[in-house]
Amino acid sequence: MMTEKFISIEGITKRFKTPGGTTTVFSDLWLSMQRGDFTCIIGHSGCGKTTVLNILAGLDTPSDGVVIVDNQAIEGPSLDRAVIFQSHALLPWRTVLGNVAYAVSSKWRNWDKAKVEAQAKKFIDLVGLTGAEHKRPAELSGGMKQRVGIARALSIEPKILLMDEPFSALDALTRGTLQDEVRRICLTTGQTVFMITHDVDEAIYLADRVVLMTNGPEAVMAEMVENPLPKDRKRIDFHRHPLYYGTRNHIIDFLVTRSKSFAEEMKTNGFDRRNVPLVRPSTALDPHASPSLAAE
Amino acid sequence: MNIPLGLRAGLLSILVLALFLGAWHLATRGTGVTQQMSPEYAKLMGLTATQGKSAMPGPVDVGIKLWEHLKRPFYDNGPNDKGLGIQLGYSIARVGLGYLLAVLVAVPLGFLIGMSPLMSRALDPFIQVLKPISPLAWMPLALYTIKDSGLSAIFVIFICSLWPMLINTAFGVAAVRKEWLNVARTLEVGAFRRAYTVILPAAAPTILTGMRISIGIAWLVIVAAEMLVGGTGIGYFVWNEWNNLSIVNVIIAILLIGLVGMLLDQVLARLTRMVTFPE
Ligand SMILES: Nc1ncnc2c1ncn2[C@@H]1O[C@H](COP(=O)(O)OP(=O)(O)OP(=O)(O)O)[C@@H](O)[C@H]1O
Ligand SMILES: [Mg+2]
Repeated sequence: MMTEKFISIEGITKRFKTPGGTTTVFSDLWLSMQRGDFTCIIGHSGCGKTTVLNILAGLDTPSDGVVIVDNQAIEGPSLDRAVIFQSHALLPWRTVLGNVAYAVSSKWRNWDKAKVEAQAKKFIDLVGLTGAEHKRPAELSGGMKQRVGIARALSIEPKILLMDEPFSALDALTRGTLQDEVRRICLTTGQTVFMITHDVDEAIYLADRVVLMTNGPEAVMAEMVENPLPKDRKRIDFHRHPLYYGTRNHIIDFLVTRSKSFAEEMKTNGFDRRNVPLVRPSTALDPHASPSLAAE
Repeated sequence: MNIPLGLRAGLLSILVLALFLGAWHLATRGTGVTQQMSPEYAKLMGLTATQGKSAMPGPVDVGIKLWEHLKRPFYDNGPNDKGLGIQLGYSIARVGLGYLLAVLVAVPLGFLIGMSPLMSRALDPFIQVLKPISPLAWMPLALYTIKDSGLSAIFVIFICSLWPMLINTAFGVAAVRKEWLNVARTLEVGAFRRAYTVILPAAAPTILTGMRISIGIAWLVIVAAEMLVGGTGIGYFVWNEWNNLSIVNVIIAILLIGLVGMLLDQVLARLTRMVTFPE
């Protein structure tokens, strides 16, 4: 079962009409993910990450190609695929409980109010917001709003969780706590996750695999980096692991130089779009070789 | 000087009112006998010319008369002599009815226009042409087709309240944040449920702003409409008292029109606040 393709992106292309003609954001992308995988995607701003995520969510359609989830082609949004939006997208006229309950009652339409609220409260509790159920989004801090977004997405018990830079608007401390919570929840529930991030450390802490995307237009998924760190890593010391710097430097090196020059690299190394190479950083590099850089 | 701003503003308002009433009083004070003339001629000229009494009533005259009206607002002595409360009641009822009809048409139609770019484009030329027409220009046509002056006034109110609500509803619905719609889409919420759980609450502040503009216009128009159709209502009252040369009553009516207009506006303002949630 390990090689089962739970999510399979098959040759998707996205073109946009612009005043000067059409731009191809990316073309002929292939990628597959397994059930229970936590995949992060990293790439420079504007390369098309959100577009890929929206296609996975069914909110956008590819100009060409298909995405197959659980042996079925995506034909639109689905309750099986929950989205955590970058801008949290809470409904301001509903309370915390109301926002989560809205999702719950959308999934289980014949549930009575008590059952819906019980399910909603369970997930509000899971993200540590018990006591704030009756507040409206305007009364919450940025971190709390993002937690509501997470609770709302998880409350419908989706097969796949899609996250678009969920923590980028938060301060470092809140971000850290939420990363811990998301990781804990995803590990215990075996959630399949696809997440966009610009933060290399976040990717190394959370992801099983990090997909590296080249700069657009005509972006490609250049590599999948397998996370060599142990599954039981902890946020306080995962960066002391011997393989941490090797992994980090590999990703940063890609972002700084290879993301621009990969088009050249592709021509010479016989790059196969259908089989994106899986790289496993193994050598511990000099921890002082690279300045501490985060992707833009 | 630590008096709160509200109190200072209130005191200043009272001062402005006092100054205004004072100036009014001084300007309309009688000047005594001004001219000697033959009694016949004097009779013809009336008190204005003979005793120097101003043709404009002063604040005291108005105050006394207002008190009389307030003591018995609902008397009814036949078609030309009804209490002010009754007259205002007629006007408010007409505005309410025409306005309600306009809400029933404008909100669903605005939804349709806001949700469908096709309908929006197709109906736009009609709205653009119909919107700038003075509601009173419809009056003859209304009288001719409806053949009832009261209903015609209601129709005119309907027409004039329609446009701001229609345009605001369409705009509010079209401008609902895409991410909220995406939330509904990812939750597979059907079109109908989406309309009243996401679009309606999101567009409600804009819709109510349109409704507030409409009620203001409707109240402006009802006075003019009732002057034209006659019979009852505060607009008719103003016209009737003008024909009776009772300037005191005209001034009182003007004051009440302003107060009721303010009240209607405040009600809508409060409703708008009730549906507005900061993000
Ligand atoms: N509706 C659109 N019309 C035209 N071009 C678009 C449209 N939406 C996105 N694009 C273009 O597609 C490209 C990819 O956009 P996308 O939002 O997917 O980038 P991203 O990788 O998520 O960037 P960021 O990291 O800044 O969020 C961008 O260059 C953008 O200009
Ligand atoms: Mg993006």
